[in-house]
Amino acid sequence: MERRTLFDGWFLPVVLVLPQLLLTGFFFLWPAAEAIWYSLTRQDPFGLGSTFVGLDNFADLFADPLYIDSIIRTVVFCAAVSLLSMSIALLLAVFADHEIRGRAIYRTLLIWPYAIAPAVSAVLWLFILNPQVGLLGRWLNAHGVPWDYHINGGQALLMVILASSWKQVSYNFIFFLAGLQSIPRAVTEAARMDGAKGWHRFRTITFPLLAPTSFFLLVVNLVYAAFDTFGTIYALTQGGPGKDTETLVIKVYRDGVINLDLGSSSAQSVVLMVGVIALTAIQFRFMGKRTNA
Amino acid sequence: MSNARTDWLAHAVLGIGVVLFALPVWLVLAGSTQDSGAITRGELSLLPHLDGLAVYSRVLMHGTMGTQPVWHMLMVSGGMALAIACGKIVISILSAYAVVFFRFPLRRTAFWLIFITLMLPVEVRIIPTYSVMSDFGLINSFTGLTVPLIASATATLLFRQVFVAIPDELVEAARMDGAGPLRFLRDILLPVSAANIAALFVILFVYGWNQYLWPLLVATDPGLDTIVIGIVKMIGVETQTDWSAVMATAVLALLPPVAVVVVMQRWFVAGLTEGEK
Repeated sequence: MERRTLFDGWFLPVVLVLPQLLLTGFFFLWPAAEAIWYSLTRQDPFGLGSTFVGLDNFADLFADPLYIDSIIRTVVFCAAVSLLSMSIALLLAVFADHEIRGRAIYRTLLIWPYAIAPAVSAVLWLFILNPQVGLLGRWLNAHGVPWDYHINGGQALLMVILASSWKQVSYNFIFFLAGLQSIPRAVTEAARMDGAKGWHRFRTITFPLLAPTSFFLLVVNLVYAAFDTFGTIYALTQGGPGKDTETLVIKVYRDGVINLDLGSSSAQSVVLMVGVIALTAIQFRFMGKRTNA
Repeated sequence: MSNARTDWLAHAVLGIGVVLFALPVWLVLAGSTQDSGAITRGELSLLPHLDGLAVYSRVLMHGTMGTQPVWHMLMVSGGMALAIACGKIVISILSAYAVVFFRFPLRRTAFWLIFITLMLPVEVRIIPTYSVMSDFGLINSFTGLTVPLIASATATLLFRQVFVAIPDELVEAARMDGAGPLRFLRDILLPVSAANIAALFVILFVYGWNQYLWPLLVATDPGLDTIVIGIVKMIGVETQTDWSAVMATAVLALLPPVAVVVVMQRWFVAGLTEGEK
């Protein structure tokens, strides 16, 4: 949709758009170009120069079983976090959409965790699951379940999944509730008149109508789980024990910032960029369809 | 409309949800008032000791071993969150205004360049962004902490959406009254989009406050530690941690963004669900 009435002149708008463009150029486009350049070069061991090596860094990356492991781990982690936080949020939203007493209060009490930082949610969960000081972790050990996420990789992964999902439920809840509220009452009433019972009505009427919201949230949650959980994971396990909670972003950080392997970490950054671009493209394509429908 | 049995079920499910969210925070709130030695021995409990509130003034004034005083880290976080939220809102309004209400050379290119940044979060360009920052000499500066996070495609897209929906008649009328472009922006556009600005402020304040990876990379000077960086430092060495101080700091770290969300809840929810879809 284009506007018909406009202001004249080109100098003012260029000045207005310039700050945004400068920031974008310096802090987004330039680093992205630099990442692509580094990913195609190799630094000599003394940091004195670099040589162009084509796609060698990428070939090395995908030949490295540790990298493949990290991809698989990230996929499992993202799927678990998205499914867990979305299904709990959907359940809560369905009941919060009922016309019951105190529902405004329930909403507030279910929305506030949105504001908690990923790294702070890690600290909160430490006091639940730490084997020495955590409430539940101690209880498990006292009752014959050996629980220690410092040693057991599976437990560490479970813990970062729980802490990451917990924080994300509120966000999904807000969107599911908005989605439910946008379903015309007449539709659900008609289904009720036809004798559709609660669960059946939800499965055949409500859930299909929520599909666009669910799809949008799925993409957002995958991006959240892949990138924003850096703070949660780094605070709790630093990617360990070993590499058991090392997602792709943690690996870029470890390889690039801690081990200073510029070529490989840039190649990893480029792979991540391609991933985000693909997810965003899928989302926009889908949303375009939705608005036309 | 609804019957007693489903009402009861709804209360039960929502009640469990509320408790699941509140319990971890209650635990640190209660724990912050307990003795660190006892917590290390595994005696953390859900009951607060009301005489233990002194820990709050202790961490605020002195922090714990190896960290800045908590008040200082709160100031850094607050400054960072405000700078990012206000900065993003201002430059996004200006650029969305330019793109919607004017025609200028390379307008579409400019819009696409901004749009592309949606796809490049800090996390995917860690190392190169760091090297660009050090080229500019912005490592360990407040500018380095905030300015690179200010460019925002999301906010620009949102304002563009709001501006496009403004009826042509309104612009026409303003021009008849002799309002120039800047007066139109100030007297008409800003008031009309006040609710969107409020919503965006909440989202961006929380975004800025909660940053972890970026400050970790760009500010190694402890004087620039945000509260989120500080609390992760505190839990670093688990064996000799002052647990009650950590818990008090956690409470102080989550209070400001939670307060902003709760107080501005109405705008925030509307803005979030309109803006990002």
